Amino acid sequence: MKANKMEKKIDKAVDPLERRRSFLTRLWFWLAAVALAELIYLITSFLHPRKPQAGRGEFGAVIEAGAVDRFKPGSVTAFPRGQFYLSRLDDGGFLAVSRTCTHLGCSVPWEEKEKQFACPCHGSIFDISGSVINTPAPRALDIFPVSIENNIVKVDTAVRMKRSVFHKKQAVYPQKI
Amino acid sequence: MPERTTLRRRVWQSVFPVPIIPRTEQQRRRYFFAHLVLHFRPATVPEKTLKLSLTWGLGGMAAVLVLLQIGTGLLLKFVYEPTATAAYESIRALMTEVPFGLLVRNLHHWCANLLVLVIFLHMMRVFFTGAFHPPRQFNWIIGLLLFGLVLVANLTGYLLPWDQLSFWAITVSTGMLEYIPGIGGELQETIRGGTEIGPATLRIFFAVHTAVVPLALGLLMAFHFWRTRKAGGLVVPRAPKDDPDPDPVRVPAIPNLLVREATVAVVLVAVVMMLSVFFNAPLAEPANPGLSPNPTKAPWYFSGLQEMLLHLHPTFAVFIIPALVAAALVCIPYGNYNQNIDGVWFVSQYGRHTALKTAAAAIVLTPVLIAMDEWMIKPGRWFIDLPPQIGRGLLPTTLLLAVAVGVYRLVKGRTSAFRSEAVQAVFVFFTVTFVVLTITGLWFRGKGMLLVWPW
Ligand code: HEM
Ligand code: FES
Repeated sequence: MKANKMEKKIDKAVDPLERRRSFLTRLWFWLAAVALAELIYLITSFLHPRKPQAGRGEFGAVIEAGAVDRFKPGSVTAFPRGQFYLSRLDDGGFLAVSRTCTHLGCSVPWEEKEKQFACPCHGSIFDISGSVINTPAPRALDIFPVSIENNIVKVDTAVRMKRSVFHKKQAVYPQKI
Repeated sequence: MPERTTLRRRVWQSVFPVPIIPRTEQQRRRYFFAHLVLHFRPATVPEKTLKLSLTWGLGGMAAVLVLLQIGTGLLLKFVYEPTATAAYESIRALMTEVPFGLLVRNLHHWCANLLVLVIFLHMMRVFFTGAFHPPRQFNWIIGLLLFGLVLVANLTGYLLPWDQLSFWAITVSTGMLEYIPGIGGELQETIRGGTEIGPATLRIFFAVHTAVVPLALGLLMAFHFWRTRKAGGLVVPRAPKDDPDPDPVRVPAIPNLLVREATVAVVLVAVVMMLSVFFNAPLAEPANPGLSPNPTKAPWYFSGLQEMLLHLHPTFAVFIIPALVAAALVCIPYGNYNQNIDGVWFVSQYGRHTALKTAAAAIVLTPVLIAMDEWMIKPGRWFIDLPPQIGRGLLPTTLLLAVAVGVYRLVKGRTSAFRSEAVQAVFVFFTVTFVVLTITGLWFRGKGMLLVWPW
């Protein structure tokens, strides 16, 4: 019995036919692995999102909001096509606040009476600067970069900035004349 | 020399080599090999497994519902236009202009919802008759995969009408993916086909709903039935005090099993027909990305998850707790149980008592906790001042695990004799909790997701 096994082992090592055969088996195995990897790559590349192109004045482009004086301190103006609200803080600073709730992505309406953003989906509440007043939202509403050129407020909706709370540094102030 | 036959007869025999209705014993025995569809069934089944009080016909109902979904779905595909601009209008046209379009849409809707309910109940009956022990362990796993697929089918189908219900339910449920650590963002972008729900999302969901899911479901169902056959049929029902019967009396599946299956199927079809004639599937306003309806509710089978989201930190509600639950479900059949409980409802007399008690505990405890969180735990009080990852994440999750261990220990006692009862008690506790959460989210949540009385 034992001798038999030994014989076989030796056979396997020496017999060129056997060696070639086991080499070929392994080769098949690796080829199959490569084919599988290619298939997975193919599937993921099919699933990969194509980058959309933003048109003028649409979300994803720079949007001209209007003259500085149009926005009273303490007011919030909706820009539906840009998917943001332009908040003018009481001290005159501007913030372009995303309308998308940071919890799970519902659109938050501005409630003028209560001076707050209230999410209809799971009850998150945000103040005028987008900071969380009431959970479950884990962080303040995202903001978009605001720039003021020649007294015109512009918002770049291509760049979404995440933040956990509101800092004064995030607001943009018009130059004093 | 071959018999002389007519052409009609020769053609007929080439298609149906054996009689459609078997008349002799021998024909009956050959029947299974000769008919493709019947081949999934065993030739004989243990007589006792035919009782309705074992299966309640639930697995068969699930199979019938899947077939109905494929039939109605194929019809819908001829009318539906899978683009964000045309989808809503094509559904409206289907409902108002296509003859029987409304009925077919309603059937597809009701079968889909019923399917979730039916496979949940089927899973319950499989668990509570101990049908997940060897040799049926892996069939439980296949069953879990089927459950997952049915949920994917429902969710992807939900988007297709492209109305306010679809748009926001899918926004919220794909929004959950973002909280999966590491791969979440990437995964979300892949599934949405971009950063937001849009035409690409519809294209992807349509492909998954009408090709990937049906194909996978068909293959897995065939596997499921084959494994049921290989296990020698279903678990044989018996009273807790009876020993398992190693050699149960078997009877031919035809006609015994077949007439029962057919009866269940006919009754079920009658029920879904009634539902579809009297209750229309909802269609809200066309999707409007700027306006979330208030309240925006998840489809009913996710309202338990939605309820968890109201109380817990999202990473825990959408990832950690579901992952723990899934892992536990996968592990159930691989526990080291030391008694044979196949076919005994609720393990034993002791198992029945403990299951009832844990169910009662969960029914009382869950609403109390929900109410406490709603009215007593407010910002500035208690542990809410802890960071949310801890106060609304780690702490409650640890509490849940402690409850699981506590229930297990309490029911098992000091010996290892009651392991099955203990596992069952933990299962009952969390299942009932989940059902209570689902009911709360479904009927007790109103505007702004505040607690309301439904009447
Ligand atoms: C599309 C979904 C499903 C279909 C069509 C289906 C169909 C069936 C059918 C026809 C049977 C025969 C007995 C009966 O009617 O109860 C069966 C048995 C079984 N099913 Fe399912 N099932 C599905 C999902 C599930 C799920 C979600 C589970 C559990 C996780 C599961 C686990 C089992 C097991 C373990 C058996 C064997 C039961 C026994 O031997 O007594 N199945 N299934
Ligand atoms: S999506 Fe706004 S609270 Fe959940």
